[in-house]
Amino acid sequence: MVPLLKIIEPGILTTVQDRGRYGYQRIGVPVSGAADEYALRAANLLVGNNDNAACLEITVSGPTIRFTANTHISITGANLSPTIDGKPTNQWRSILVQKDSVLSFSDMKDGVRSYLGIAGGIDVPLVMGSRSTYIKSNIGGLGGRPIGKGDILSVKLTEDTVYVERRLPHGYDNPEYGKDHEIRIVIGPHTRAFADESVATLLGSLYTVSGDSDRTGYKLEGPPILHTVGPDVLSDGNPLGAIQIPGDGLPRILLADRGTTGGYTKIATVISVDVGKVAQALPGQTVSFKAVTIEEATELLLEEEQILAAISTGEQIIGGLDDRITVTVDGKAFEVTSENGEPISKSNTGSGRTKSKIYNTQATVNGSTYDFQVDINRRR
Amino acid sequence: MNHTQLLFQPAGDKAIIAELGNTIDPETNRQVHSLVQAIDRMEIYGILDLVPSYGSLLINFDPMRISIDKLKSRIVELNNGPINNETSVKRVVHLPVFYGGNHGPDIKFVAEHACLTVEEVINLHSSIDYFIYMMGFAPGFPYLGELPKNLATPRLQTPRTHIPAGSVGIAESQTGVYPTTSPGGWQVIGRTPLKLFDVRRKYPALLLAGDFVRFIPMTGKQEYERIRKLADKNDYEIIVDTRI
Repeated sequence: MVPLLKIIEPGILTTVQDRGRYGYQRIGVPVSGAADEYALRAANLLVGNNDNAACLEITVSGPTIRFTANTHISITGANLSPTIDGKPTNQWRSILVQKDSVLSFSDMKDGVRSYLGIAGGIDVPLVMGSRSTYIKSNIGGLGGRPIGKGDILSVKLTEDTVYVERRLPHGYDNPEYGKDHEIRIVIGPHTRAFADESVATLLGSLYTVSGDSDRTGYKLEGPPILHTVGPDVLSDGNPLGAIQIPGDGLPRILLADRGTTGGYTKIATVISVDVGKVAQALPGQTVSFKAVTIEEATELLLEEEQILAAISTGEQIIGGLDDRITVTVDGKAFEVTSENGEPISKSNTGSGRTKSKIYNTQATVNGSTYDFQVDINRRR
Repeated sequence: MNHTQLLFQPAGDKAIIAELGNTIDPETNRQVHSLVQAIDRMEIYGILDLVPSYGSLLINFDPMRISIDKLKSRIVELNNGPINNETSVKRVVHLPVFYGGNHGPDIKFVAEHACLTVEEVINLHSSIDYFIYMMGFAPGFPYLGELPKNLATPRLQTPRTHIPAGSVGIAESQTGVYPTTSPGGWQVIGRTPLKLFDVRRKYPALLLAGDFVRFIPMTGKQEYERIRKLADKNDYEIIVDTRI
């Protein structure tokens, strides 16, 4: 029996999204798709879907949904206090829900946008190759609009749909977004349009997320960025995460529903793994910027792709031999292992997106055992 | 192909801009669109989308499928490749427009500003084939060039909150058509009953970059209504002039 999602309450802004609509930007159609793409992909992989299946993107105040048949779901992204039949439920793992269960949300505890994945994926027609919703032009998703009270959504079940039990790879905790966001950027493309101190201002200042922020872009308040000639350039393509500086000098970070082209100067681009962080920020929270190279950004993307791949395979992510952490004493290197003898490598330091992890560990040298604490500070 | 030097500008880790020029001119723009066609034909694995503009091309790609360095060298190769002679057909799309009246509330102001009669404004505006440089700003919105110089008129002092879809307008030296109802500051001189963008169509956008647009003045309100009814049902056959 095909499970249906009966929408008892729609929530403030709940839309059907996938990874976005590609191939039509040249006729002015925005990409749209999940504002936090990583969370959407994880939601899908956790229930055995292709990473591009359609999910529900839930914003700030979530919906109340009844499931009409047994099914597997997952809830990723922000912690909006999800409950099933009144009981708090786990996030970032597959959950079996029974026929007639009711999912609802309450307090916004961390982050702003949550993703509901369901085995088979939400079934709405493909419009220009995608199930993503672009509300401004009524394109895609459920009739081009947010879901409403009384709507009924169905799921794409086929004989190939498999029910799986999946979680994040061992050692990776549920991501936490927090209130102060350090966003990594690549400088460019319009570097020529800015005064020398402009990049320094961007990198050295603390900005606040303005209330004028949504899926199109996030406006920031703080020290203005100066132009050399003016804020206008010849209209060109807008990459995801582009930081536009219009006439008022205040940065605007372009997100999923951004216009395909724009005539304002762009000083930098948020790296792909940090675009989701922006989309999880709430007005009033702070943003600071850090410049990285394209190579560093690509390396971070690769790590993220490995985590997603590991969700599907259930494999542990372990580093290579030269990834191990060693302590050098008098020129001799000793490998660091955990209490149960597991070697500690740079990649299984135990945090997905949290900042540090303390290991109590021992090193044995020439028959003597030394106890110490290792604080692994991840680069994230 | 184009023997103009290509300059790459950074756009994060999943996109890159290939810049061919930074002026608004048909020759540079044609090179951008030739590059788009060449890339489409190659079907390079890892390219997700292309966003052409006046003088540059934004390329969205997946670094897990193609490295940025490999992508750059493929693009340079294509840009330096043999010249494609197929693209010498000129397509001129006819857009029927009802000028003035309720559909063109600002036409008198444009005429006064240009020291012309309303009829002269209509004749001048509809006398040329406008090149479509690029699409953007909204689904189906064309960036047209070049408006006859006498017709250049500043934007409205106070933008309107509601400009109906299909409205034809002028803003400084630009002219264009609003694909959907939206607020705006353009001087509205007429309206086309055609839908510039409709998801029901196999090719949702009526206009494409590289085509030309010709505004065809309508004879009266009855003709407007007749065409509007056909267009709403997606039954209107667009007239396209193809010239070699």
